[in-house]
Amino acid sequence: MADAASTKTRAEVFGRREQGGMLGISKSSRYVAHAILILGVLIVAFPIYYTFTASTHSLQTILRPPLPLTPGDHFFKNYYDAIFGGVGRIGGVSVDLLLFNTTVMALGIAVGKILISILSAFAIVFFRFPGRMLFFWLIFITLMLPVEVRILPTYKVMVDLNLIDTYAGLVLPLIASATATLLFRQFFMTIPGELLEAARVDGAGPWRFFKDILMPLSKTNIAALFVIMFIYGWTQYLWPLLVTNRNDMNTIVIALRKMISFADADTQWHLVMVTSILAILPPVLVVVFMQRWFVKGLVETEK
Amino acid sequence: MATVELKDVRKVYGGKVEAVKGVSIDIPDGQMCVLVGPSGCGKSTLLRMIAGLEEITDGTVSIGGQVVNTFGPAERDIAMVFQNYALYPHMKVYDNMAYGLRNRGTPKDEIDRRVREAAGILGLEDFLERKPRELSGGQRQRVAMGRAIVRKPKAFLFDEPLSNLDAKLRGQMRIEIKSLQRSLGVTSVYVTHDQVEAMTLADTLVVMNSGVAEQIDTPLAIYEKPASVFVAGFIGSPAMNLLAGEIAENGRGVKLVGGAYLKPRDTVLPEVGRSVLLGVRPEHLTLVSDANNADFQLKVTTVETLGADTLAHGHPVDGDPKSSELIVRLSGDVQVRHGDVLPLAIDAGKAHMFDAGTGKRI
Ligand SMILES: Nc1ncnc2c1ncn2[C@@H]1O[C@H](COP(=O)(O)OP(=O)(O)OP(=O)(O)O)[C@@H](O)[C@H]1O
Ligand SMILES: [Mg+2]
Repeated sequence: MADAASTKTRAEVFGRREQGGMLGISKSSRYVAHAILILGVLIVAFPIYYTFTASTHSLQTILRPPLPLTPGDHFFKNYYDAIFGGVGRIGGVSVDLLLFNTTVMALGIAVGKILISILSAFAIVFFRFPGRMLFFWLIFITLMLPVEVRILPTYKVMVDLNLIDTYAGLVLPLIASATATLLFRQFFMTIPGELLEAARVDGAGPWRFFKDILMPLSKTNIAALFVIMFIYGWTQYLWPLLVTNRNDMNTIVIALRKMISFADADTQWHLVMVTSILAILPPVLVVVFMQRWFVKGLVETEK
Repeated sequence: MATVELKDVRKVYGGKVEAVKGVSIDIPDGQMCVLVGPSGCGKSTLLRMIAGLEEITDGTVSIGGQVVNTFGPAERDIAMVFQNYALYPHMKVYDNMAYGLRNRGTPKDEIDRRVREAAGILGLEDFLERKPRELSGGQRQRVAMGRAIVRKPKAFLFDEPLSNLDAKLRGQMRIEIKSLQRSLGVTSVYVTHDQVEAMTLADTLVVMNSGVAEQIDTPLAIYEKPASVFVAGFIGSPAMNLLAGEIAENGRGVKLVGGAYLKPRDTVLPEVGRSVLLGVRPEHLTLVSDANNADFQLKVTTVETLGADTLAHGHPVDGDPKSSELIVRLSGDVQVRHGDVLPLAIDAGKAHMFDAGTGKRI
């Protein structure tokens, strides 16, 4: 009975939405709203489209303005040259190596941040040990110490540990995350105590509880953090610039900067454009792929 | 299957709050012990100490003759049914029931056999592939029961397992739990604050009040001979009438605070002048046709018609309306109205005497 009633209300709501929704928005203003939205999309998308167009023309075409608005016929040649041929200005390193480096760094940061933060949140929420609150506050105040603030001492430590020009050097200093720890802590605190007790009665020790119950329940949080942290790692500029000297250890963002010379004629603009497109592709793929997870997690709320 | 024995069990939280003040209970093998009492009296704390979820400050808990004070919940081989079911939200019903067995390294085919057997008993066969959120409250309750059954533990512990269900379902599940516990013969401890649950489920009933077990006995014995004013007022609905007064000179019975005299039949009265509380259950007051046979006259102030019964609230005509307020349970076909005067007799031997100072039964 209650069900029938709620179904009816929903139908009524939908019915009204057909005529402009509950706010009473008229048909014409909906067209205006859509027009504005489409305009917004165009403004955001056009530079990306234009970059792509540029990446399919020869260097000569690009250097002879105006640049055509439609893609040219150098798509395969440019992309092949960039990915397999190497780019002169960065010591002949090919873009596939840059992509690999950046992927290692972004994945390392994202996975590492999630692992470390979920484990520390687990410790802080579910264990009683001396100095628990002290550790919590220590983690909390590192929020005030982003890389930029502690860059000199961190660099010195990396030099001392011989980690310059290594993947570990790229990843390790960025791997701790107070934000993610706090996020997991907040989530863990909402997990009912009864669930923990049921697991204990069922013979699950701390590790089993973490693996069989906490991790699966945190799926959505992990997915969200992974997207955010992957993009954070992918777009790092200052730290990779410092900690890598060799061209073959560069990330794609650093390499992109190096490819552009002050003298316009020196720059292989078609390869720069190809590299730009390739640089934005992985984050976009991560977002697109993980978004399905997001929505899935949002729709079937666990707990 | 095993006995459960508590000896002087105490719980002090943080060195200050004494939640359980020395409780001793012996639960024979296969019996159901119900802990009942008002909110905050320490029922859950006591149960959680038996489960191993709470440290025992003092005293011993033995399961199957073995002291288990230092054992973790898993080592005690008990199963617990929680108030909010505590099902693992991301696991299917099947896995919820199987999880405890898997952690114990039970072979796969044995797990499967036991889960399907439990599902059969509880009527859950069609839900094994569902997640808890796709079940109704009653079905979730069954899964929680199933999770306990499959383990074949030494004891079942229940902490208000039915309090989230509606009245009708609660009645159903109560009967199911009872017959299930009987047929499996597993020693059980059941916490509730619902006295109907307590009376119907218990082999042994423990009435708790602020950390103390006020009385431990069969439900009927507790109903018939409550050991204290607290138990008298807690068990029975509507609650027992408790009237303050003192023992009058020979032959006149109890002189109520409000002035009236009441003389219960077949009841041994203590010495003259002692301050007492006279307890009479509403169902032990009978309407008599001849006013001469009446023990007192009740002036009716409120009438509750329940159908099968009629509850008349009032006070003795010569008594004080406030301090000697009474409830009488009359048969549903008696016509009573506000302002009526009813001649009432106290059933022979059904009056209870409590010391006014200590609240203990005399
Ligand atoms: N972790 C704790 N720290 C301090 N005091 C506690 C703690 N847990 C319970 N108490 C106190 O112990 C007393 C008994 O609590 P308990 O949960 O056993 O009550 P209960 O009889 O189960 O009540 P209810 O019927 O409301 O569940 C209460 O006064 C409560 O405030
Ligand atoms: Mg409780």
